[in-house]
Amino acid sequence: MDDVLQAEEEAILSNVRSRLALFEKDRSRLIPILQMIQETHAYLPAAAFGIVADFLGISECDVYGVATFYNQFRFNPPGRNPIKVCLGTACHVRGGDIILENFERRLEISEGETTRDREFSIERVACVGCCAIAPVAVIGETVHGSMAPSKVESLILRVQLEKEREERSQAKNESTQ
Amino acid sequence: MSPPSSASPETHYLRIRREADTRRKSFVELTEPRIHIGMATCGIASGALETKKAFEEALAERRLSARIHSVGCIGHCYAEPIVVIDNPASGFPPILYPETHPGKAKMLAKFFVEEGDPRLEHILGATEPNDMIPVITDYPRFNMETRVVMAKCGKIDPEDIYDYIAEGGYAALAKSLQEPAARIIDEVVSSGLRGRGGAGFPTGRKWELAAGAGGESKLVICNADEGDPGAYMDRTILESNPHQVVEGMILCGYAVGAENAIVYVRAEYPLAVKLVTRAIEQARKLGLLGKQILGSPFDFDIQVFQGSGAFVCGEETALIQSIEGNRGMPLHRPPFPVQMGLNGRPTIINNVKTLATISPILENGADWFRGIGTEQSPGTAIFSVVGNVVHPGLVEIPMGVTLRTLIFDICGGIPNQKKFKAVQIGGPSGGCLPEEFLDTPIDFDSLIEAGAMMGSGGMVVMDEDACLVDVSRYFLEFTQNESCGKCTFCRIGTHHLLTILERLTQGEGRPEDIELLQTLSQDIKNGSLCGLGKTAPNPVLTSLQYFMDEYEAHITEKKCPACMCRSLTAFYIDLDTCAIGCEACVAVCPTDAIFTTSTRKKGVDLVRCVKCGECMVACPPEYDAVRRVSPLGLAPAVEKPKETPRKE
Ligand SMILES: Cc1cc2nc3c(=O)[nH]c(=O)nc-3n(C[C@H](O)[C@H](O)[C@H](O)COP(=O)(O)O)c2cc1C
Ligand code: FES
Repeated sequence: MDDVLQAEEEAILSNVRSRLALFEKDRSRLIPILQMIQETHAYLPAAAFGIVADFLGISECDVYGVATFYNQFRFNPPGRNPIKVCLGTACHVRGGDIILENFERRLEISEGETTRDREFSIERVACVGCCAIAPVAVIGETVHGSMAPSKVESLILRVQLEKEREERSQAKNESTQ
Repeated sequence: MSPPSSASPETHYLRIRREADTRRKSFVELTEPRIHIGMATCGIASGALETKKAFEEALAERRLSARIHSVGCIGHCYAEPIVVIDNPASGFPPILYPETHPGKAKMLAKFFVEEGDPRLEHILGATEPNDMIPVITDYPRFNMETRVVMAKCGKIDPEDIYDYIAEGGYAALAKSLQEPAARIIDEVVSSGLRGRGGAGFPTGRKWELAAGAGGESKLVICNADEGDPGAYMDRTILESNPHQVVEGMILCGYAVGAENAIVYVRAEYPLAVKLVTRAIEQARKLGLLGKQILGSPFDFDIQVFQGSGAFVCGEETALIQSIEGNRGMPLHRPPFPVQMGLNGRPTIINNVKTLATISPILENGADWFRGIGTEQSPGTAIFSVVGNVVHPGLVEIPMGVTLRTLIFDICGGIPNQKKFKAVQIGGPSGGCLPEEFLDTPIDFDSLIEAGAMMGSGGMVVMDEDACLVDVSRYFLEFTQNESCGKCTFCRIGTHHLLTILERLTQGEGRPEDIELLQTLSQDIKNGSLCGLGKTAPNPVLTSLQYFMDEYEAHITEKKCPACMCRSLTAFYIDLDTCAIGCEACVAVCPTDAIFTTSTRKKGVDLVRCVKCGECMVACPPEYDAVRRVSPLGLAPAVEKPKETPRKE
């Protein structure tokens, strides 16, 4: 898996290098640049810091310092189905932490981590703006309201089943071609 | 660019307005049905996209022609997805339907859109007065609000500038551009408007300072960082009516003599970012932004900066630091940003709601505004009321309304026959107020007097099942995490506060902890530079003041009176009411903690139990056998048979 990751990172870095040209060489562009990298690649690979630092003429640790200060940036690739569990105030008083624990237990990873097969990752977020249906979890782009610990299992199963179905239909398509 | 034209801004504006009116007219005079769907984040989260798709499919299937109109959020988040259907041919007024999921959408397309039968059992009410069906304004949740900032939210399409203009948008700008800038500041000063970002600083005074500041190229920043983890009104305003904020920014720029502006909005709010960016583009196209706005000599433009999610960046100097590409650490003030802000330029920072209030004030006059709310806090307040209330959502009320009216009359009180316990106001900087304070009027000064503060406008209502020690711990965990680390007291002090609170919730509290919490809180307040540290201990201090008995129970009896702190709570099954052979709880338990006893009833393995409470929900009401108790010792020991047959 590390080979895959490395090959992926190489591709990301060359893409980053080419897109940096769109930015002004100014310190104030630092956060927008980091946002651009994360938006296109879903995380900030460690090697990107050096490239950005060279481009802006600042130190690498400066770039790293800024990136780690803000909650938005992540430093490892998320899963194909990123799970965000809301721990905003409304979700907290309705037991959001229990939901988070259930996802962690079910997937055997902690918040901030990605499963080995890179299918799922778990993140905690603060208020996704639908407190009225708290507690809330977001899987991919879909918001699931009124979450309960017992729904965790079925949601994960659903994602896995959908994937299997897709793979099957893909295999079918290929065999008919 | 052509020189400033001789026509006045109002003449320019009238041309755009006529276009908007024509478009509106052709929409209003449509005889075909119109379906308005609320498509802000809350609507989409509840499934508005699927609802829209269901309508589209049903219309296509039935070959019906109807217009689907995407609008913003009207604030009634409990009823999302909300749909308003206007079918003039049916003879009925426009009708609002709550919780319109795809099945209901298809049903309504068939019955109301096609056959003209509104299916009265599914409605919330009509949106216009009529003599056939009840009007939504008969309900307190609709008629006790006063909408200034959110007046157009949920009525207009946030992606269509003409929709806003047809409702009178940008008229205040056109009028103001013909007047001297000083007159606008005077109007804002005499309106008595106070900043809605939390502190309540008089907006007019801030503008005077900015106008008087020397230096070239002043800057306006709209603070849409909204870091409170339980508030979402700024986002909803940007998603439902971004133009009102844009208009406020232009007016601010004109009044103080600025040329540029930045909207600082969280990157975590992708829809808000998209809609405000689009709004700015549209305004530019119509000459409402850019060079020589509406033919006047005034140039002004707005950029969007996406904040990267740090609570402290809501603080003005930290916000500026982060735009400059640094870690968002607050600086000492003075110099205040109005004297020396972004890149040394005089910078005026206002909250989204403050800016969205400007055009209504200039349109209707300062006296009108003073007529709403109280003497010291004129105007309205917007709260996101969440937690244990029947009708959660966004509420805009005149200042001075009491907490009781807001929680019980407007938001419907506490569900499930539970009792009110506390209300947390102002997010991580605010405080928790008990029942005795329900008659406190909501305004800047009364809330501070009571120990809370307006803050972000987050309001969490808690019923008897909430543990105030745990709520304090929750907020401290948040502020401790978000402390930028500059001041020792804030960085290390909040960490210690959190450790003590964690200790309490785990049943390891010590008698001296209460005094320690109090002195440490005071020290953090005194020793911190910015508002984050100065207010971080507030949740602890107010809950200590009003709910001391809960803290004491945690320490001396190792008991959580609300049975919320999981280390202090145990579940057990009442063998008298548990039914032989029922497996409801076994099926839902995520950790296989439930076993069958020798009497073929159920027991809870306290070692495996994670105290999620699912069994309690699953237990059929006729047995109602699952009990939750605190302290731990209250749960009777039930012996687990040695060889529990396991199915695997
Ligand atoms: C820790 C901290 C967080 C803040 N967060 C916000 C925020 O999210 N939104 C906001 O408008 N103001 C926030 N403020 C207040 C701003 O510093 C500033 O007072 C406000 O934007 C001024 O606008 P106003 O005069 O319109 O209220 C925060 C202040 C502190 C100390
Ligand atoms: S707190 Fe979870 S959605 Fe608002």
